[in-house]
Amino acid sequence: MINLLLFPIILPFLFAIILLFFKENIRAQRLLTVIGLLISLVAALYLVATVKADGVQAITLGSWPAPFGISMVSDMLSALLVTTTILITLFVVIYSFNAIGEERERHFYYPAILFMITGINGAFTTGDIFNMFVFFEVLLIASYLLIVLGGEKRQLRESIKYILVNVISSALFVITVAYLYSVVGTLNMADISVKIAEIGQPGIITVIAVLFLLVFGVKGSLFPLYFWLPGSYSAPPIPVLTLFGALLTKVGIYAIIRTYTLFFVHDTGFTHGLLSALALLTIVAGCIGALAYFDLKQIIIYNIVIAVGVILFGAAQMNEAGISGAVFYLIHDMLIKGALFLLIGIIIYVTGTSNLRKMGGLMKTHAPLGWMYLIAAFGLAGIPPLSGFVGKLLIVKGAFEAGDVFGSIIILASSLVVLLSVIRIFVYAFWGDPTIVELPKTNRRTFRKMMMPAVALVILSVLFGVGTEWLVPYMTDATDVLLQPSIYIDAVLKE
Amino acid sequence: MEFLMAIVVGILFMAAVYLILSRSLLKVILGTGLLSHGAHLLILTMGGLGGAAPPVLTEGVTDFADPLPQALILTAIVISFGVTAFILVLAYRTYAEHQTDNMNLMKGNDEHD
Repeated sequence: MINLLLFPIILPFLFAIILLFFKENIRAQRLLTVIGLLISLVAALYLVATVKADGVQAITLGSWPAPFGISMVSDMLSALLVTTTILITLFVVIYSFNAIGEERERHFYYPAILFMITGINGAFTTGDIFNMFVFFEVLLIASYLLIVLGGEKRQLRESIKYILVNVISSALFVITVAYLYSVVGTLNMADISVKIAEIGQPGIITVIAVLFLLVFGVKGSLFPLYFWLPGSYSAPPIPVLTLFGALLTKVGIYAIIRTYTLFFVHDTGFTHGLLSALALLTIVAGCIGALAYFDLKQIIIYNIVIAVGVILFGAAQMNEAGISGAVFYLIHDMLIKGALFLLIGIIIYVTGTSNLRKMGGLMKTHAPLGWMYLIAAFGLAGIPPLSGFVGKLLIVKGAFEAGDVFGSIIILASSLVVLLSVIRIFVYAFWGDPTIVELPKTNRRTFRKMMMPAVALVILSVLFGVGTEWLVPYMTDATDVLLQPSIYIDAVLKE
Repeated sequence: MEFLMAIVVGILFMAAVYLILSRSLLKVILGTGLLSHGAHLLILTMGGLGGAAPPVLTEGVTDFADPLPQALILTAIVISFGVTAFILVLAYRTYAEHQTDNMNLMKGNDEHD
């Protein structure tokens, strides 16, 4: 079973190919997608258990010796991210049954999702920098299809912008890989790390580090490269937006964390200083956006930007508390963003608008939705028993240990803004008098069916917060590999 | 030789950036074409332009060109080809729907689409 770590990549890919053959049969499409994701989920959970028991799993495809073939590496961080990705996709797919509409389902909606999961899981698992570029393209091309599927005026307009930004950043990725190849002469990530350690990070490597920050900063919406995100993410329908918000930016964050803990660790004063400064600016920019809008989607979309800043600020500290906080917060944020987007999707379905000023009094008619939303909102802000707390606590602790008091205060203040922005949704949409707002006629059964996956995600995020104690050994494993690149290198280049 | 290539690639990037910043959608797409040309030439150049023979095993030849960048370029070319085909069709659809190819006019919000 040395191929185990490939299963979460290959299985969605296989099922996506099968689904291409009968696009009209919606029932079979739904069934096969769910089955494929369930099998992938089992494989991913088994992978987590294996990584926990036996350490980092690495395989070089085609039995070539390590730096020459393409290595796939699954450490605890990537195994956990792969599992979370498949889990969220499963819930979003179930939600889509009622939310996306048959017309879209008939035009390769599910294959596109599965291809995107292939790309995301591949990007999390790969140990080769050019292979990472290829997996990025796999997930991006699938996301181009998802963002434009339906062909509404607004979708077309925004997807032009989305694709242009990503084409440019992909070209920049290729350029950066070319520079790196000319300096170190290898593409294997473990080998690159060894070679950079040998030459001791001269100036050119620092330049490449900043270029990587630009490339992945565009994918992960870092300040000042997040400009494309609010417009593009508000265009597609809610299930697609949920997938994008929960998964896509996290691939960029993962790539930054990976390169900045594996490659560029010899001149942390400049590179990681820059990263933490940009992360703080990202938080501020996100906070301004989250407070500025009266639109449900935009408020949560700007909360993505804030979370990107918080995670990267934790990762930039390069001490144990900071990095393990970043890992905790990364997975928490994937879960809670998934839950929140699904919930606001239901709110939009019930009220027929995403404008906060046109809602009110939903608590009287849809109480369970209100309470679920409130739990998710508290989880996002990091109220203690819920999932956002531990990550942020560790990040702030890491920042204090590293002597960055100013940064810690911004993180803490940002939590207040996050809470304010999401509670504002609660106050406007759920409180007040229901009679002044005319609700459109909606199907009560559809509402219940849409609630199920959203509630499941909220419960998962609550369990993530309550079961922190149980998760700590896994997180420690993930943090250890990030803090000691030698574990990663030894696993790949085993003598 | 690498120096000359670097200047050529620089000119390609310059032209690409200029075109991408223009108003017409078609010019922007031409710019992305130039950008990927530049990126591919850059991979070739950064791999080193040494090596006398093409990377094909033949009797008595020991000095090959580096095969790795060529494989990378081939991969990058087909990817950018696929994306360019997609974006061209998308531009066509957008033109049909919006009745404009002026990037500055492609805006709107919820109330006014």
